[in-house]
Amino acid sequence: MTTLATVFEKARAENRAALVGYLPAGFPTIDGAIAAATAMVEAGCDVIEIGLPYSDPLMDGPTIQDAVHRALENGTRIADVMRTVEGVAKSGAATLVMTYWNPIDRYGAERFARDLAAAGGVGTITPDLTPEEAGPWREASASAGIDTVFLVAPSSTEERIAIVTECCTGFVYAASLMGVTGARESVGAAAAGLVERTRPHAKVPVCVGLGVGTGAQAAEVAAYADGVIVGSAFIRRLLDAPNEREGLRAVRELAAELAEGVRR
Amino acid sequence: MSISEGTLITPADFTGAGSGGDVSERGKFGVFGGRYVPEALIPALDEVAAEYEKARTDLAFIREFDHLLRTYAGRPTTITEVPRFAEQAGGARILLKREDLTHTGAHKINNVLGQALLTKRLGKSRVIAETGAGQHGVATATAAALMGLECVIYMGAVDCERQALNVARMKLLGARVVPVTNGSQTLKDAINEAFRDWVTNVDSTHYLFGTVAGPYPFPGIVRDFARIIGVEARRQVLELTGELPDAVCAAVGGGSNAIGIMHAFIEDADVQLHGYEAGGRGAETGEHALTLTQGSIGVLHGSRTYVLQDDEGQTIESHSISAGLDYPGVGPEHAWLKDSGRATYHGITDAEAMDAFALLARTEGIIPAIESSHALAGALKLGRDLGPDATILVNLSGRGDKDMGTAMKYFNL
Repeated sequence: MTTLATVFEKARAENRAALVGYLPAGFPTIDGAIAAATAMVEAGCDVIEIGLPYSDPLMDGPTIQDAVHRALENGTRIADVMRTVEGVAKSGAATLVMTYWNPIDRYGAERFARDLAAAGGVGTITPDLTPEEAGPWREASASAGIDTVFLVAPSSTEERIAIVTECCTGFVYAASLMGVTGARESVGAAAAGLVERTRPHAKVPVCVGLGVGTGAQAAEVAAYADGVIVGSAFIRRLLDAPNEREGLRAVRELAAELAEGVRR
Repeated sequence: MSISEGTLITPADFTGAGSGGDVSERGKFGVFGGRYVPEALIPALDEVAAEYEKARTDLAFIREFDHLLRTYAGRPTTITEVPRFAEQAGGARILLKREDLTHTGAHKINNVLGQALLTKRLGKSRVIAETGAGQHGVATATAAALMGLECVIYMGAVDCERQALNVARMKLLGARVVPVTNGSQTLKDAINEAFRDWVTNVDSTHYLFGTVAGPYPFPGIVRDFARIIGVEARRQVLELTGELPDAVCAAVGGGSNAIGIMHAFIEDADVQLHGYEAGGRGAETGEHALTLTQGSIGVLHGSRTYVLQDDEGQTIESHSISAGLDYPGVGPEHAWLKDSGRATYHGITDAEAMDAFALLARTEGIIPAIESSHALAGALKLGRDLGPDATILVNLSGRGDKDMGTAMKYFNL
């Protein structure tokens, strides 16, 4: 199993940033998501975040909302998310789950951490779990040996950055802009400053997400961050493809472009 | 700042005595409440909390709020005894707190005026809000017009249709109304969309949250601004009857009108507190909004509370004939009042609510909001249980003008 630590070590040795790709489980289908994520890994993604589809994704923009809605319509369950993690982890990528808090809360924190570890998952990103409420999840994750990634944002004060990074293992997720997920014309100007403010507090790598969708943007972010996170742009390729084969070709192409970007 | 000086509220009215939810406890009501939001919003929530803490002890702020309540909102609202209606309630004495008589026609104006003043103190120029029945949207658009704030209202597309009159009112008041077409296209999805706007525009924008749900500090702030309902009603009932009521009844969606009237009575141990949720087509049909009575503990819209959810934590869509109660979550303080046993919550079906709606109209000449009709239906049942010596205070949280489209269809008028 590939851990986050080994991924970032390898990237550092190659003098480049790591490439992190996101896809929700169950989109376009359960097997389709495994195939797409595997294609992304083959074309250069080092880390895959598997989204756990949730009914009220209040941090997500229209593209991810659309994909998640379809995944739920497909009847995607947590067992399917675990199966997806298992399938993707086989490809050699460090595989995380990105999820809003309530599904874990309902499933049971210890049970979720245990099942995720058993599936080969290396950790979670929990965008709406604040450090104040994260105690039980950090304990459960530590027991199961998986990482906990939390977010900092351009609005975060020094004090908050310190509190959040203290809770992060694996890496710190720096949101590049104030807003929801989705590809943008340009990466937020605040991102570089946020990474700079986060570094002194962080014992782990700092990755940047939100709004990254092209090789040029990946290269721009890779200049100052340890990892580049891309989600909506992959989903957009799948949504726009006329069929699954074309969709796989398109995500592979994008992953290759981004992988080239993080190596510039 | 005493009543004799002609003011309605005092600094003491903002102390929120009773069930916690203050800064020192980070908005916790027992195990409920807290904050489950993207980190990006934490600074804004901290800013709102800090400014509110200053405002609520600032006499100038309290005077300004008080002035608006008296000269703009039409407070104090009266209480009305409804003996002909009460004949159907086993002869118990029923008193209505007439929030329907406030400017804009529902209790929502109280919270909105308070938060609009807070918005100005925060130095922000734009407010956004979610709305279900449209009453909170109308109230927010009203306060924005009054104070010269830009206003955007998020409203589920389904609700836009069933509350078309309120959409027109908001537009006339200068607000932009954004129909939300994802998910169930009702209040829950309007809240999601408002949060998305807020995280994007937080520098210029205050999210004028409309109910006692959401992340800390909203449950406490909205409660404190709505608390005037119960503060007034408690005095009025004492003046009229010489005693406290035996029970206080209110409808519960998110729970703001209910907390508003209940809170001043929490320490009066002999006063029963009853909340009535929307039973929709009936608990057994699964088409209801029985969050407290049928739901389970989870996290929705930033706080830990009771939620209608499936076994994997996916929110279940609620149903109610009344848009204002059609919500699968509820304020965390109600969750706490339920679990502590201080308040009791019940379901009222669409049919029971519509019967009470028509009964109050025909016996007393008052057309209530369908939301409030759930509390009226509850009071009819409670009166039969408590007997003819009981006095029951009901929060008539809003008027039914906005519901005439629904009533025309339902009663074939």
